[in-house]
Amino acid sequence: MALPSYATPVQRTYYYSYLFFCAVVFFFLVAPLIAIIPISFSVSPFMVFTDEMLSWPPDPDAWSLRWYKNMIGNCSADVVSSTVPCSNKWMIGTVNSFFIGFIATFIATTLGTLAALGLSRPHMPYKGLIMAILISPMIVPLIITAAGMFFFYARINLVYSFTGIILAHVALATPFVVITVTATLVGFDMNMVKASQSLGARPVRTFFKVIMPLILPGVISGALFAFITSFDEVVIVMFMASLDQLTIPKQMWAGIRQEISPVILCMATCLVVLSILLLTTVELLRRRSEKLRGITSR
Amino acid sequence: MPIGDMLLRSVDDSQINTVFPKTFEEYKKWDKEKDELPPEPVFKALFEELAYGEKVKVGRALTRMNYSKSGWKSLIKKTSREIKKVIRKDEFPESYKSFLIETNEKWADPTYWYAVGQMVNNQTPIYYYNAVDRTYDENQKVVQQDEDRRVYVKTWIKTFKVSIYVTFFCIILGFPVAHLLANLPLRYSNLLMIFVLLPFWTSLLVRTTAWIIMLQQNGVINGVLVWLGIISEDGRIQMVYNETGTLIAMTQILLPFMILPLYSVMRVIPKSHMRAAQNLGAKPALAFWKVYLPQTIPGMSAGGLLVFVLAIGYFITPELVGGKDGKLIGSWIAYHLKTTLNWGLCAALGAILLGIMLVFYWLYNKIVGIDNIKLG
Repeated sequence: MALPSYATPVQRTYYYSYLFFCAVVFFFLVAPLIAIIPISFSVSPFMVFTDEMLSWPPDPDAWSLRWYKNMIGNCSADVVSSTVPCSNKWMIGTVNSFFIGFIATFIATTLGTLAALGLSRPHMPYKGLIMAILISPMIVPLIITAAGMFFFYARINLVYSFTGIILAHVALATPFVVITVTATLVGFDMNMVKASQSLGARPVRTFFKVIMPLILPGVISGALFAFITSFDEVVIVMFMASLDQLTIPKQMWAGIRQEISPVILCMATCLVVLSILLLTTVELLRRRSEKLRGITSR
Repeated sequence: MPIGDMLLRSVDDSQINTVFPKTFEEYKKWDKEKDELPPEPVFKALFEELAYGEKVKVGRALTRMNYSKSGWKSLIKKTSREIKKVIRKDEFPESYKSFLIETNEKWADPTYWYAVGQMVNNQTPIYYYNAVDRTYDENQKVVQQDEDRRVYVKTWIKTFKVSIYVTFFCIILGFPVAHLLANLPLRYSNLLMIFVLLPFWTSLLVRTTAWIIMLQQNGVINGVLVWLGIISEDGRIQMVYNETGTLIAMTQILLPFMILPLYSVMRVIPKSHMRAAQNLGAKPALAFWKVYLPQTIPGMSAGGLLVFVLAIGYFITPELVGGKDGKLIGSWIAYHLKTTLNWGLCAALGAILLGIMLVFYWLYNKIVGIDNIKLG
């Protein structure tokens, strides 16, 4: 991509302005996420960069963990006296989010993997139609899916229950698993299944000993996608959860609408760290999967 | 399945029919040409059904009646009280018609009775009319809502405007970045890819919060601008809680959905094509326009469709960043679902949105053909 040495000045100008433009866009993409991290460690309740924070040498009084303490429900006197209410709602939300996330991920991964295996068979009838139905929650606007699910679950008495939320999340998350696992199955050598069966393994044993290890990276990254989908999901939770069924996104939504406080930023920082971890995992898995399937790195 | 249920909801009108079955049956016999008001049996049935109906059911039916003509709710409530008195005294009137008209002269107003005509069937298009700011007038013709009640058409237009802008900005910003990522050596592009994937993996609400912090009046951007001396301390720009904020935040949030498909398409375009074109004498701009750009169309349209469709149904970000008049159609759907409980209207809005989406998919399929949407 480097510029050839014979480039004219005009081409050079174009090239560098192009690079500059790209840099600006990259900055635009990540700057907001980075900016909130230092603010979450601020002493002030106003969620801005205070003058003290920007001073040099750094002023230790301008930084604190008070909002983090508030978030985990450990409120010292100075926090209580400020305008920000202190409760352990965030912790309840965290527990619920992980609970819903894990169960939904488990179900969605199981169903999604099985569906992908079935769909990748060469003689599967109505393949296109089934695929379209399976991935429809991904492409229909979430608000429509959420409204439809609310009406439907209201009929069968599943609203305001964890079961309802989990089932709805499963429906949203399954497409991601189907897509990632299907991608892993491209280039999967079906002769291995035949080989295993001819050596006397039953189908279940073949699945766990031959197929599973090979598609595992795809399954795990699908599971991570599913988890983040459920973990981030706010629209369905807002519709279907009762007042005391808090999750992290719901709590953040309420926080932004009512009492916008630095505690939100602490949770946001934690979520950014979580997403960095997940992103790294998925990237490593993708490389491993490519190696396993014998596709050399591009 | 849930979506089918929603479509049924949007035309469903059976609830009220379970409350006033006899009244409606008698009502259908009324010859509007001959008599000015419905005949006696209608009044009698109404009296009985109001007197012995379940209170909760009647209440819900009244809400529905008010959608057709405002004033129904208070009229029936007043009448019900009178009916209760009659039952307590056990003095049933001889003519129910004159009794009802005596208690409230609105019963003699035929426009109320005409409005009943909208409710006697189990299905109704009224929610669809409402969703595009139409309603029935006294003569059962479909007319525009009053000036101050027209909100949905405006919101629809705004939703489209915002979605188109966001898609446009995403193409403008995403194209060069995808091009850069696709043409750099893999080592660097994988590293830079993190910048694209990190927002993609981060919670939507985190990003929305971050934008509020960045854009608010004493937020980061205004702070930097003041520090640089571009704007004065008093001249801080209001960027959040209006449409600018919505556009900026939504563009950033949806940009990865544009970059990723574009990137996967651009990666497989051989570099030799551009060189060949230039060898044949085309200027770089012409070569780009004639050779490179057409090959990126599948990626661009996949990204564009994805962004547009996501933008059109968005409501978290516009609701939080958009402020008072930042509401898009998604907000209204949520509002009717959660707050006013006008589920029919909510479902109708959703169904229209779904219809629009299907048209877009169909167009997309016609023009480009659905190919696999890749995720990272």
